[in-house]
Amino acid sequence: MAGIGLIIIKRLGLGLLTMLMVSILIFGAVNLLPGDFAQAILGQGATPEAVQAIRRDLGLDQPLVERYFTWLFGVLQGDFGNSFAELNFSSYGGTTASANFGSVADKLAPRFNNTMFLAGVTALFAVPVSILIGVLAALYRNSIFDRVANITTLTSISSPEFFLAYILILILAVLNPILPSLSNIYDGMDFADRLERSMLPALTLTLVVTAHMMRMTRAAIINLLASPFIEMARLKGLSPFRVILFHALPNALAPIINVVALNLAFLITGVVVVEVVFVYPGIGQLFVDSVKIRDIPVVQACCLLFAAAYILLNLTADIMAILSNPRLRHPK
Amino acid sequence: MEFNISRRSMMQGTAAAGMLAASGASAMTTPKRGGTLRLGLKGANTSDTWDGRTHSDQYMINMGHGCVFECLTQVESNGDLTGELAESWSASPDAKVWTFQLRKGVKFHNGKSFGADDVLASLQIHVEEGAKSAAKPIIADIEEMKKLGSHEVQLTLKSSNADFAFLMSDYHILMYPEGMIDEAIAKGIGTGPYRVVSFDPGVRCVVKRVDDHHLADNSGYFDEIEAIAINDGSARTNALLTGQVDAINALEKKTIPLLKANPSITIIEVTGNLQYTFPMLVAVEPFNDINVRKALKYGCNRQEMVDKILQGHGAVGNDSPVGPANQYFAADLPQIEYDPDKSKFFLKKAGMTSLNIDLSTAEAAFSGAIDASLLYQNSAKEAGININVVQEASDGYWSNVWLKKPWCACYWSGRATEDWMFKTAYERGVPWNDTGWDDARFQDLLIQGRGELNSDNRREIYHEMQQIISEEGATILPMFANYIDAHNDKVAHGNVIGNLWMLDNSRACKRWWAV
Repeated sequence: MAGIGLIIIKRLGLGLLTMLMVSILIFGAVNLLPGDFAQAILGQGATPEAVQAIRRDLGLDQPLVERYFTWLFGVLQGDFGNSFAELNFSSYGGTTASANFGSVADKLAPRFNNTMFLAGVTALFAVPVSILIGVLAALYRNSIFDRVANITTLTSISSPEFFLAYILILILAVLNPILPSLSNIYDGMDFADRLERSMLPALTLTLVVTAHMMRMTRAAIINLLASPFIEMARLKGLSPFRVILFHALPNALAPIINVVALNLAFLITGVVVVEVVFVYPGIGQLFVDSVKIRDIPVVQACCLLFAAAYILLNLTADIMAILSNPRLRHPK
Repeated sequence: MEFNISRRSMMQGTAAAGMLAASGASAMTTPKRGGTLRLGLKGANTSDTWDGRTHSDQYMINMGHGCVFECLTQVESNGDLTGELAESWSASPDAKVWTFQLRKGVKFHNGKSFGADDVLASLQIHVEEGAKSAAKPIIADIEEMKKLGSHEVQLTLKSSNADFAFLMSDYHILMYPEGMIDEAIAKGIGTGPYRVVSFDPGVRCVVKRVDDHHLADNSGYFDEIEAIAINDGSARTNALLTGQVDAINALEKKTIPLLKANPSITIIEVTGNLQYTFPMLVAVEPFNDINVRKALKYGCNRQEMVDKILQGHGAVGNDSPVGPANQYFAADLPQIEYDPDKSKFFLKKAGMTSLNIDLSTAEAAFSGAIDASLLYQNSAKEAGININVVQEASDGYWSNVWLKKPWCACYWSGRATEDWMFKTAYERGVPWNDTGWDDARFQDLLIQGRGELNSDNRREIYHEMQQIISEEGATILPMFANYIDAHNDKVAHGNVIGNLWMLDNSRACKRWWAV
């Protein structure tokens, strides 16, 4: 197993390198956004002098490269800086109120927890369901069940998320008031309430991610069904269910884990639209609000967080795949 | 000299005034204490704070003045100006020296008593070094602030301003406790009928009623108010329909017919001063020719714009920025109608048979600006005017296009007083004069109006100014957009709804009650 440790370290190193590249991309892209914070916050009142004053206060008049490195060193020390919005307001009239303002990290933390909660609830529901449907679809290949499962999941993945969200709201909140259409969870809410409020966004996300996982499970298993060892198992007289569950599934784990990890990453990074529709105070909503007012430090931190989630989950997927398939431990 | 500004008589005379559009069945109950109000509000930002100087969007305007904080004066739903923290006020005959008597026995939420020092300190923060307050021009106009007694202040202005008491109702000018303003801004400590329980900027705010509030006789009826930030229009409507909130602002026009069918929902629609405009620079050819301006005025089909852009939820404008929510709104001025023949006539008078001009536009100017420009293009074609609609980028519109391009699309949320509106965008040489308007008679009247305290004389002055700007001005102002809010049958309000801002002058927290 010594090889595994080495592989993990290597992968982590590569991950860090990727993060660095991503950070350059993010910083460049965010600064390419037309309009800037000063103009966004001033709106119609964006006179050249007022814009200049705000830019000076926020250090936006410094060269781009210099700003990048200042930001990067901050991030390396775990300091994501202060939100522009708050910096700007703390400089209103030069009061000392800035001491009361939190950093970007303080702003992000509760939102990230909320997003993780939603992702967790969705994953707990979506992963077992889609694997189960995938296995069943493989088992009853080309049956009515298989087709219905395929059509339903493919339809739901092909529809835009907000459309699914509105359909669910219409059915489950407006026509049959079972669930609340507003998912405004907040600190101090008890767990049951929180779960109830998160149900509709979780269902929407489930509909979005199920197809991918289910189809992959089905395909991976069907792929194996032609292998000699499956034929052997069949010849031994095992039931089809047993063949699939104990012989095919373990060997199909690598691609399934991969796709599950990818979808988990989507649950963290792809929730933007769903959070906005359901007014769920997660990181996606914060991201949209911050882009709206060009609050660059918050936008950058969100992007970096998204990138980290993707890289880490991909890394986990790779390692799990290697663990489940010893052949991968010895690359040719 | 004591006086009280009343515009009730004015309101009754104008058809477009802010009367309830929907049936006001729920408005018949009498106010009672208790219950909760759950608001679903558009216009919340993660950068929101309790600093009144920064308030510019609807969420904080609603939660700031009249909820957690208070101003010296307030504009009632019917347009009357009454005292909020001021008990009474008076002005010198030239409207330069203003004396405010403050209410006694008022306490901030932290127990501190309210007095003259708090007023002076709260005004001072708008003009202190580096302050970027939107109310800076108002306060900068004060030459001297003096405390006459523990509950009396005297403010001497640099120049006459008959509207000064009115300006003190501005939502930026909140009263904070002196010596602890930073703390008050951080925690939300005001004198309002509600104290802050929790505040998560851009997400949620909960406030609870204060015991023994000084205006408890006629305001602050709810036990608790929860304001939820819902910037997405459909989410806001859904929240109201599913009963998760009791009232919402900025109802989307396309959902109005559907909501009207729901018996438990009341739609509130008032025409205020929110105006969509097309300013042209008078210094630039061909707009320097009054005949060209007139040709453009008659070449615009205003009713069509109201019908198609506002879907009927608004009123036609008459090229004057003074709107139905203003005290001296001249509703009797002849309405400029769409008349291609007249337009052709003025074009001929200008020595032209046809005219080719660019109109810069973007959605940033107002929602529907591009469509409105295309409608304009279409209606003006009839008169031989070829408008080339130039689509500009929304980002940076206000710095690159507005005030720079000869003719563009624009909006104004309007101002509470005529003078304030004129001095923001029509006075000679002011930075936001988006047409470069400069007319000797207009300027004389503007100065004259400021020093005039007699209401009848003021009406005459502002009437003439509106006439000048309507007939000769360089702004095409085709429409005033309605403020459209909605609430369910769990809340009620008075028969008249304020039309200065959304949600009953943004004072629903204070004025509405639970049924």
